[in-house]
Amino acid sequence: MCLAVPGKIVSITCDEPLLRAGKVSFGGIVKEVNLAYVPEATIGEYVIVHVGFAISKLDEQEAQRVFEYLRQMEELGELESGSA
Amino acid sequence: MRFIDEYRDAKTAEQYAHAIAHITTRPWNIMEVCGGQTHAIVKFGVDELLPGEITLIHGPGCPVCVTPVELVDKAIEIAALPGVIFCSFGDMLRVPGTEKDLLAVKAGGGDIRIVYSPLDALAVARDHPTKQVVFFAVGFETTAPANAMAVHQARRQRVANFSMLVSHVLVPPAMETILASPRCQVQGFLAAGHVCTVMGYTEYEPLTRKYRVPIVVTGFEPVDILQGVYMCVRQLEEGRAEVENQYGRSVRREGNRLAQQLMVEVFRIIPRRWRGVGEIPQSGLGLSDRYTEFDAEKRFGMAKTVTEEPAECISGEILQGVKKPCECPAFAMHCSPEHPLGATMVSSEGACAAYYRYRRLRQAETIQPGRI
Repeated sequence: MCLAVPGKIVSITCDEPLLRAGKVSFGGIVKEVNLAYVPEATIGEYVIVHVGFAISKLDEQEAQRVFEYLRQMEELGELESGSA
Repeated sequence: MRFIDEYRDAKTAEQYAHAIAHITTRPWNIMEVCGGQTHAIVKFGVDELLPGEITLIHGPGCPVCVTPVELVDKAIEIAALPGVIFCSFGDMLRVPGTEKDLLAVKAGGGDIRIVYSPLDALAVARDHPTKQVVFFAVGFETTAPANAMAVHQARRQRVANFSMLVSHVLVPPAMETILASPRCQVQGFLAAGHVCTVMGYTEYEPLTRKYRVPIVVTGFEPVDILQGVYMCVRQLEEGRAEVENQYGRSVRREGNRLAQQLMVEVFRIIPRRWRGVGEIPQSGLGLSDRYTEFDAEKRFGMAKTVTEEPAECISGEILQGVKKPCECPAFAMHCSPEHPLGATMVSSEGACAAYYRYRRLRQAETIQPGRI
């Protein structure tokens, strides 16, 4: 129910504050999405979309942290298999 | 697709699984709160990558599953009225009411339409000014800003034939109910990433202090969930109990302020009954006084009825993580997604439905009578 998927803004169709909307591409499938809650998001940027509404703009730097975290763990020797 | 594929990478997932095994020294029970996470865990077999000491307990985070029977009955009553177009997310149509479900009303000629967004329901209302158009507003905090916007636009644009049957629920009070229960087995939480995208995570900070329980805000892809488990286990092993954010690409500490502002204007916090759990104080949203004219319960004069739930269904214990679906005698016997006894079997995010879809066949293979 809280399913929300990332998509890329390809155009802005309305720029009025509460009605802000645009076309968002989900791997090639393009849908009209309400962008009122992400006024800072612009064309080419990624947003998380839930029931036709963008609820956040994806942070590119933060998105890499999952993998950086792994690299840090590697340095700590936590990634070696056979912990037993 | 970007922001999805890289978080489903098998090698990265394996590395996290190794790291979890490396730091785990004793058994821990961790609850994933959101049904979307439960679905991903069972679908991708994330739990099977974990060391035996780690048990994932599936939480109450499926709004379809926790919508009380009396609201489903009210929806059925309204949807059957002449002159009404009843709009709902698809999941709600099979949820059993006392006597039937919305799908039966539709089969009987009721005008019930499945919509993707509450704004679609508002468009139906504009297109059919002589009909009463009712939207079944079900959801957690994730969905509340969308539903708030639909009512807000209805009021501004004077779409007088639009109303909402509101069944909104809030996550932190449910987590506190689980923690306060004497039967609580949960030692750490993976909090729901999209709920926190809207609300932020300051609400969880008092819970970590009061109950000494780590809470890790977590995303929905396999690698997200594994990293969330890693961060949670690390806290447990080190004796820490803090709020940490695994899902930083979407979640900010303060959440989405604009969304919260409209939620506060349109809704107010009320007590709410949760199916299988009972009433939880301050755990629901109803329309605020300014929007009361859009309240379908008032518009259609729905009496306050209290309905009993079927005794055979153990969804209450499933939702609180006390039992697993396969421990229910009705599971896959006379309870299935086609003929559900309770809501946890209905929604694809319900624990019972996820187990039915991904685990039933394997169980049948391992419990062949001849082998015992």
